[in-house]
Amino acid sequence: MVDFLQMVLSGIAVGSSYALMGLGMVLIYKASEVPNFVQGEMALLPVFIAFMLLSTYNIPYYIAFPATLIFAFILGCFLEFAILRRAKEPNILGLIIITIGMEMMLLGFVSWKFGADQRAMPFPISTYDSIIIGDVFISSLDLLTLVVALVIMLTLFLFFRFSRMGVAMKATQMNENAAALMGIKTKQIRMVTWGISAVVGCVAGLLAAPVLVEPYMMWGPMLKGFAGAVVGGMTSLPGAVFGAYIVGIVEHLFGGYISIEFKSVVAFAIIVIVLCIKPSGLFARHYVKKV
Amino acid sequence: MDRKRDYYEDVQIFTSGTIVFWSGVLILLLSIFPFIAKNYYVYVANFMAINVIVVVGLNILVGYTGQISMGHAGFFAIGAYGTIALMTHAHFPFLLALPCAGLVAALLGFLLGLPALRLEGPYLAIATLGFGITATQIIGKIKMFGERQGLHAPDLTIGSWHIETDKDFYFILIPITFFLVLVARNIIKTKVGRAFISIRDADIAASTMGVNLTLYKTLAFAVSAFYAGVGGGLYAFVLRFIEPELFSMFMSVMFLTMVVVGGLGSIMGSVAGACLLGFLDLQLRNILEIPYVGDWIRALSESYFTLTGVSNIQLIVFGLILIIIMLFEPLGIFGIWIRFKKYWMTWPF
Repeated sequence: MVDFLQMVLSGIAVGSSYALMGLGMVLIYKASEVPNFVQGEMALLPVFIAFMLLSTYNIPYYIAFPATLIFAFILGCFLEFAILRRAKEPNILGLIIITIGMEMMLLGFVSWKFGADQRAMPFPISTYDSIIIGDVFISSLDLLTLVVALVIMLTLFLFFRFSRMGVAMKATQMNENAAALMGIKTKQIRMVTWGISAVVGCVAGLLAAPVLVEPYMMWGPMLKGFAGAVVGGMTSLPGAVFGAYIVGIVEHLFGGYISIEFKSVVAFAIIVIVLCIKPSGLFARHYVKKV
Repeated sequence: MDRKRDYYEDVQIFTSGTIVFWSGVLILLLSIFPFIAKNYYVYVANFMAINVIVVVGLNILVGYTGQISMGHAGFFAIGAYGTIALMTHAHFPFLLALPCAGLVAALLGFLLGLPALRLEGPYLAIATLGFGITATQIIGKIKMFGERQGLHAPDLTIGSWHIETDKDFYFILIPITFFLVLVARNIIKTKVGRAFISIRDADIAASTMGVNLTLYKTLAFAVSAFYAGVGGGLYAFVLRFIEPELFSMFMSVMFLTMVVVGGLGSIMGSVAGACLLGFLDLQLRNILEIPYVGDWIRALSESYFTLTGVSNIQLIVFGLILIIIMLFEPLGIFGIWIRFKKYWMTWPF
């Protein structure tokens, strides 16, 4: 039983970073209707910037982390403004291809600039600290990830519920033409959505960086977050969080009880099973195409 | 210009004498190529031919049927490992093992096509992507396939002909490629091909016209997987050594890149895209040896970047090509060709 609780707790901790990536993807999917393959790299580049600021220039944390988040916001906005918006008569495949292209460029740039060495980013909390609750323990970094993820989810909820801009975003996602007629600058809204999504992803990246910094570090979280978002239905923010936690927990339980070797692929088995039963995910309303 | 007046004009292989002439020239050039080119370039040609096979197959799925697949490296790996396993364990001759491995890949393609019936867009993308990653992971854990250490290709003998060099293999590979491309072109001109295209354009309308969606969507996956499997089987003998890391997600993305750069829904475009990007791929792997550019890149890497990561320029270049193609010429090389042709056919006007 203790084992079980321990695995669930580790699953929740890992699921938090998946959930942040999944949230980022869903935000962008709702705004631009594209599965965003550049999500991981939108977090990767700022993380490397933070790594450079902290270890090369010895800038204190309280300046480096906000600077990184601001950079992530600008990067997200830039990608939408400079590249995605310029697509002529885009279809879904074309948009996916564009995000893959952006992903390859950013990944290539980061690997070229920093090499493939595996490093760890300096961080205020040591990765070896852990907290014992009853019989189970959780590392304090994992706990921090969990808390930060919850805070971000709450912030996003409040933002979409109560702020002027959040409501404008929701309106744009529901019906772009109608929103534009009501005086909402829909293009600008979409750009800012990309920025917010990049910030959310970047937080996940920064929380993963104390353990390992290398160019492929965001692959796993990005794909698992994507998987979680698809399980949740791709258009629902709570669904993405729920799906990501399911992926994290099932992955750990599978690794603990069945086979540690195939732990990393179980997420995709979950997706195929869920999608066979509910083709639009668990939380999205099934969309029936009309002729 | 390209107006079709009756059914037979639509289905015939050669639409004009010009095409017959240039096809003849192409066959002639391909058959004398290994005698005049250096050995390295014969290897490059083999590499390109394999890309052509896989990309033409992928285009049937992505370009003609409109179903995205980001897991073709999985089928490719199944073909490669399947061919070698059939030859070493079941002692099949090469020319029998290759289609058998292709059929195994096709069966898996059919199975992947079943859940894909209900999926589209991002859901299909993540499901196929998951398939590609899972297939490679599972293959990497099977003892018979050498696990992480990889697998050496056995000696290749057809009848009394012992195939050793790249040049020998070229004469097997090129006819197979030629045949498969021709078959793909013919599939598109038949009832099956028209069913594929109708599914891409409007699947609900197609099903009301009597196109069996279940049959044709799974068939598209199976055909495409067969091409990838055959390509993989041949690839194993070009490299002569395969390991699971080769068949990464990046490889699936590369195949998709080639399809898009060549032009969605165009067989000849796919051939061009596969050749062009396959060549570029090999060249960029050792970018430091290219004259002039190489020295400049080396200096740049040493002062601003890292020299160990210089091979990643390949990623930057391909990413840039993808974005530029999608932004400015969504139909890729095929689209450029169409515009070129139209300009000269209607010239002074």
